Amino acid sequence: MKTGGSISIWFFIGVSLLVNGVLILGAGIYQYVHPPRVAVVLSQLHAGIWWGALLTVIGAFYCIHYSPGKGRV
Amino acid sequence: MIATLALWDGQRLVHLSAVDLVIIVFYFALVLAIGFYLKEQANTGEDFFMAGREMTAWVAGLSFLSANLGSLELMGWAGASYQYGILAAHWYWIGAIPAMLFLALVMMPFYYISKTHSVPGYLKLRFGEPSRALSSISFAFMTVLMSGINMYSMALVLKIVLGWNIHFSILISSVTVAIYVALGGLRSAIFNEVLQFILIWAGALLIPILGLVEAGGWSGLKARIATNASAEYTHLWGTLGHFRDNPMGIHWTGIVFGLGAVISMGYWTTDFLVVQRVLSSKDLRAAKMAPIIGAGFKMLVPFIVILPGLLAIAVLPIKLVGETQAVATGGHSYNEVLPLMLARYCGPGLLGLGITALIAGFMSGMAGNVSAFTTVWTYDIYRALIKKDGSDHHYVNMGRWSTVIGVAISIGTAYLVMDFKSIMDYVQALFSFFIAPLFGTVILGMLWKRASSAGGFWGLLTGTASSVGMWAWVKVDPTALRYVALSPYARDMAENMYRALWSCLICVMVTVVVSLLTKPRPDAELKGLVYGVTEIPAESYVSTLHRPWFWAVVVGAIFVALNIIFW
Repeated sequence: MKTGGSISIWFFIGVSLLVNGVLILGAGIYQYVHPPRVAVVLSQLHAGIWWGALLTVIGAFYCIHYSPGKGRV
Repeated sequence: MIATLALWDGQRLVHLSAVDLVIIVFYFALVLAIGFYLKEQANTGEDFFMAGREMTAWVAGLSFLSANLGSLELMGWAGASYQYGILAAHWYWIGAIPAMLFLALVMMPFYYISKTHSVPGYLKLRFGEPSRALSSISFAFMTVLMSGINMYSMALVLKIVLGWNIHFSILISSVTVAIYVALGGLRSAIFNEVLQFILIWAGALLIPILGLVEAGGWSGLKARIATNASAEYTHLWGTLGHFRDNPMGIHWTGIVFGLGAVISMGYWTTDFLVVQRVLSSKDLRAAKMAPIIGAGFKMLVPFIVILPGLLAIAVLPIKLVGETQAVATGGHSYNEVLPLMLARYCGPGLLGLGITALIAGFMSGMAGNVSAFTTVWTYDIYRALIKKDGSDHHYVNMGRWSTVIGVAISIGTAYLVMDFKSIMDYVQALFSFFIAPLFGTVILGMLWKRASSAGGFWGLLTGTASSVGMWAWVKVDPTALRYVALSPYARDMAENMYRALWSCLICVMVTVVVSLLTKPRPDAELKGLVYGVTEIPAESYVSTLHRPWFWAVVVGAIFVALNIIFW
């Protein structure tokens, strides 16, 4: 998919989702281990953990699939 | 590592943790990095202003939608759904989908085949220089105003949520947009818009999911809204029989004819802000598919914008009020619905991503306006009226400088916007001034070869003047609303819809009458510009699944189903 440069836009998106996913997952796990004194509504669902994990997986897929080294643009 | 979440402390809505700040800073760094990376690929006018015309249908389609997904969509419509209920979804469905499909199937071939670089550029080819000058100047004016709205909305969020100084917020956001658009031109804007589109969904999607869990699903949500507000808030069409029966004070004719047939058609088919993205497509099929892809996603946007507004009615323990009252009482306004819902459900990390989503939305809207302004200013005003013989390099430099100047003007308009009670009412007024008459001119130009140059110009001028005139009439004498909007019970939104309808009709009538009284252009001069004298390339070489009309039918069927389900 040629979208302008040698690095695909989808690779940038993968990097963004991966970094955000890892940070959110880490924060979610930290909160699970150390519950805050004032929690958000529905904090018992631990949205940070599963949402962070989902973003991490999707981001990693895009990073690998659209990696500049693979020659896909 | 993680700071305490502190709601309602009077100074700011939430305290960001370190991880939230890292996510926000990373976002700013990434969009700037994309701008610097793409700078080397923005050397010619075609690269800088048209992104090399090499975008795929998916990139052009997502960018087409993302450029529209600015503060108006996120903050404005979430607030509007709190005020007016599900009626606000009309601006996503009947107020967008038919127009996007019409653009794809009917109008895009003419834009694309004519190889124009802008909508005013098409008017030049079809009606001559005076029509282009009028259209480009009014578009440039509207664009910097809209950019100011985006900027103000973003600064408002950052002030409310983070406690940042509003002037600092305006400065940091506008400088960031100016840098990445000035460096990489339209390609940089498009790349970032696609990124921003994904981040908006990643950051905002949790609100409706968790909100529905809390409210007890759709049926639980409806029951709570019926208790806290009114059952009318969850009906899309059922309450539009009379102006008095719905929170918006509008009649179904205003929605169907004013919004669906004029404002929506005008915005999605002639507003260069969105059309520019599609014109960057690599071929005609991609150019036709891009608005259809955009329409498919547009139908889903109410899930992250309208639904949070409805959920706020159901679950928030406080009553939101208008901006003026909020400032006077220290309360929270309609426009703060999304930040309030973010603060309600999102802990550290998620909150940072949610705030990033809001910032991304505002920046995509602002960058869309700025890049469109830059193209129209450089090609349709500067090159057409001021310096006709400059080199390509000269115009690229002018594009970079006009990006910076456009942002500077937008900063001024951001302060202007602060005096308006409702952002959306203000925007709809602007659309009815400029977009509604323009649609009348462009559609006649494309579909009626008899339309003459004089007809196009005078139709556009009288349509715009009549719209401004009606607006001024109601401002001076509020009782005139009964004539403009057909009912004394009509409210601001209804007035905008009908004013747009009348101004478009006036434009069409004047164009027709003047055209019939003046000399038409020969058919040979209209090839590639007008239906009937233009040969549209066939698409017989692709399978049904790759044909634009097939996907247009699919999107159209879903659109009809949604309207019936939420009737």
